[in-house]
Amino acid sequence: MADDLNWAIGGEAGDGIASTGKIFAQALSRAGRHVFTSKDFASRIRGGYTAYKIRTSTDRVQSVVDRLDILVALTQRTIDENLDELHDDSIVIYDGERSWDAEIPEGVTGVDVPLKSLAEDAGGAIMRNIVALGAACEIASFPIENLDESLEKRFASKGEKLVENNKQAARLGQEYVQENYDDLPEYSLDTTDEDYVLLNGDEAIGMGAIAAGCRFYSGYPITPATDVMEYLTGRIDKYGGHVVQAEDELSAINMALGAARSGARAMTATSGPGIDLMTETFGLVATSETPLVICDVMRSGPSTGMPTKQEQGDLNMALYGGHGEVPRFVVAPTTVAECFQKTVEAFNLAEKYQLPVYLVADLALAVTEQTFRPEEFDMDAVEIDRGKVVDEDDIDQYLDEQDRFQPHYDAADGVSPRAFPGTEGGAHMSTGLEHNELGRRTEDTDERVSQVDKRNRKVETAKQEEEFDYREFGDEDADTLVISWGSNEGAMVEALEYLEDDGIDVRFISVPYIFPRPDLSEEVESADDVIVVECNEQGQFADLLEHDTLTRLKRVNKYNGIRFKADELADDIAATLTEEIKA
Amino acid sequence: MSSDVRFTDFKSDKQPTWCPGCGDFGTMNGMMKALAETGNDPDNTFICAGIGCSGKIGTYMHSYALHGVHGRALPVGTGVKLANPNLEVMVAGGDGDGYSIGAGHFIHAVRRNVDMTYVVMDNRIYGLTKGQASPTSREDFETSTTPEGPKQPPVNPLALSLAAGGTFIAQSFSSDSQRHTEIVKEAIEHDGFGFVNVYSPCVTFNDVDTYDYFRDSIVDLADEDHDPNDREAAKEKILEGDKEYQGVIYKDENSVPYSDLHGIGSNMSEIPDGAPEDAMDLVREFY
Ligand SMILES: Cc1ncc(C[n+]2csc(CCOP(=O)(O)OP(=O)(O)O)c2C)c(N)n1
Ligand code: SF4
Repeated sequence: MADDLNWAIGGEAGDGIASTGKIFAQALSRAGRHVFTSKDFASRIRGGYTAYKIRTSTDRVQSVVDRLDILVALTQRTIDENLDELHDDSIVIYDGERSWDAEIPEGVTGVDVPLKSLAEDAGGAIMRNIVALGAACEIASFPIENLDESLEKRFASKGEKLVENNKQAARLGQEYVQENYDDLPEYSLDTTDEDYVLLNGDEAIGMGAIAAGCRFYSGYPITPATDVMEYLTGRIDKYGGHVVQAEDELSAINMALGAARSGARAMTATSGPGIDLMTETFGLVATSETPLVICDVMRSGPSTGMPTKQEQGDLNMALYGGHGEVPRFVVAPTTVAECFQKTVEAFNLAEKYQLPVYLVADLALAVTEQTFRPEEFDMDAVEIDRGKVVDEDDIDQYLDEQDRFQPHYDAADGVSPRAFPGTEGGAHMSTGLEHNELGRRTEDTDERVSQVDKRNRKVETAKQEEEFDYREFGDEDADTLVISWGSNEGAMVEALEYLEDDGIDVRFISVPYIFPRPDLSEEVESADDVIVVECNEQGQFADLLEHDTLTRLKRVNKYNGIRFKADELADDIAATLTEEIKA
Repeated sequence: MSSDVRFTDFKSDKQPTWCPGCGDFGTMNGMMKALAETGNDPDNTFICAGIGCSGKIGTYMHSYALHGVHGRALPVGTGVKLANPNLEVMVAGGDGDGYSIGAGHFIHAVRRNVDMTYVVMDNRIYGLTKGQASPTSREDFETSTTPEGPKQPPVNPLALSLAAGGTFIAQSFSSDSQRHTEIVKEAIEHDGFGFVNVYSPCVTFNDVDTYDYFRDSIVDLADEDHDPNDREAAKEKILEGDKEYQGVIYKDENSVPYSDLHGIGSNMSEIPDGAPEDAMDLVREFY
């Protein structure tokens, strides 16, 4: 990619790194360039190092790479942390007037700009990062007017004067480089007429939720899911909704459950430690057949793990978490734009099939700001399907002989009618105890079995009615098949190009549906080598696919609440064998 | 809401399986009467029940209801009410449910002051699990898990509520049907979190905090010169510790419920068929 540029600013926590990075990312995006950002909270060295990295190109960028062309280093650590990524054409912008003596690695060009002094000239030392942005614009041959727009957007609410000061600070940085440096390695960033939006996965999830009609959100702050809550706060209110900061995740999921019982589209979002707590209530949500979207923005576990690091370790938790057995859907968006689309879909699935949907995103999606065409967030395409909601006019059809509403009616497709509280004649209860069609406790073996079967039938119905498909990239006839889920898609799509350059043809399948999921047996069988890529140690998705493509085992199951009895078990086994003979 | 609703309309056709004589019968009857007398009907009422003998109330009453997870009924009620402010929301559960496993939620529900009613059926014992100490059990109350008593002071729920900024704090006794009904009614009518701790004796596992004990020791605040709007007076009564009061102990006449403070008023179940009309504005923000 001709004008592919990797830029970063790094310093200590509190240096305004993220906001400065975002201003530059926005400037690039507004100039019609693609942007892909990442945040570094690395600590190869102890201390408060943090960095905001931008990869930009006029082509689509979907991944980070191990390469830095221009680095704004506010601390020596920033340089040390990124030694491996610097190369002979790299430029490091630093402030030689600061107390540290910058050690610029050999071969790398150091550009010493008195960031602080110039910022003071423009009106305040606080603008030193903006001076650095101006310097970077000059070095990258990027028209500084684009930065102006971005500064206006960022500081407009703080007054004209501040905007002008910031513009001036950028100019001073630009001029300083112009006057003091020539013969720098050449970079040139073209602008285009394309319109892009720049947002991260959490924001896309929040936006998807509002678009989908979510009106109630309850959560407890946790990295990297907090942005979902912060996005919704203030915005959802405009549509008649509300965000509650709960006292913990136990409460957050129960509040969302309550709102969903009221008929609202409700959601909660958290990360691993919160999912652990929410698991307590998960079974209740599922068995009371309440539509709820539970978002897990995964981070490194177990326990408090590495809170600011990427991992896709919660797949099994989402699939199997909670005691007992009850169906749930698991959807895992693979790109920032898909965070929007799959959130909308998650709400529809939850209501159509009256069950909890785990929306499993990961830190890499959550903290990445990426450019997209606005069409990818197509509000006109949003369809809302509320499933079998019954109102006053037709409730009579759904009452039993004694005029009682049956919230867990044993329907052929497994989906019962749903009456929102307030609906005349619809009063009913539900419970986490096994229940009958009326929602009342039962331990009757037949009722138990029919309710278990009914809940499971919803999955069969969904498999028939929905398309749980995958996206495909690369060479469809290749002998090598790579499969991945979640945020790995972007890196893998770009990896295909590297592999192709090395003469390796690959077919790549990216799967956003974990359960129900597409049947990949044929794809797996027709390939010579199948490689499953995921950000975890155990290969949780690979395990699933191996399971899916294994020879089927015969099964004897019993779930009416009574243990196996010897004679009955012998009969069951004999019966299973005859089935096989018949088959 | 029809005015001809009778309290029996709130009764389900399911016969309670509580032990004969259990205080929960009286507690429930009072709740049903209070609901009917405040102009509610089963179709606009939502009961959130905890887990315990007490939690079975959701099954024995007729209304919209969710019988949830042990200790989490208050958050459920919060969600129900905020999502549809037109509903009358009542949360009910035991002292273990509310003051032990759910204690955290209790404090925060009090602080949040959502306009709903919380009835705790306080029998000072774990009934459903057959007689272990509860957070309101006396220090020397011998049970299977505390053979010499818990040796910890009981929780004072009224004090907790007052300390957390409670706007309506009351106590009643399940067998004084008239007073209990009046008090729950007042809690329902309160603009905010109406909390009633109900002495609701367990005749099977608690032979100390019995009907006789409560009958003999209860002091009715209605008979005393007590002004429930006086927070200092309420504090004194609550901290006295050696009396079993019945009545409204504290009531903040200026209470503003959560929904009003946060400008929530709509029934959130009503949404358009597609994205909101101006939803593209949300996308444009990211240009
Ligand atoms: C997570 C969890 N732990 C334990 C239990 C078992 N359990 C059921 S009810 C209960 C306590 C009941 O006491 P209380 O809340 O006072 O209600 P009561 O039965 O006296 O009405 C316990 C410990 C449970 N259901 N869930
Ligand atoms: S065990 Fe106690 S609380 Fe439970 S039903 Fe019997 S009397 Fe009531």
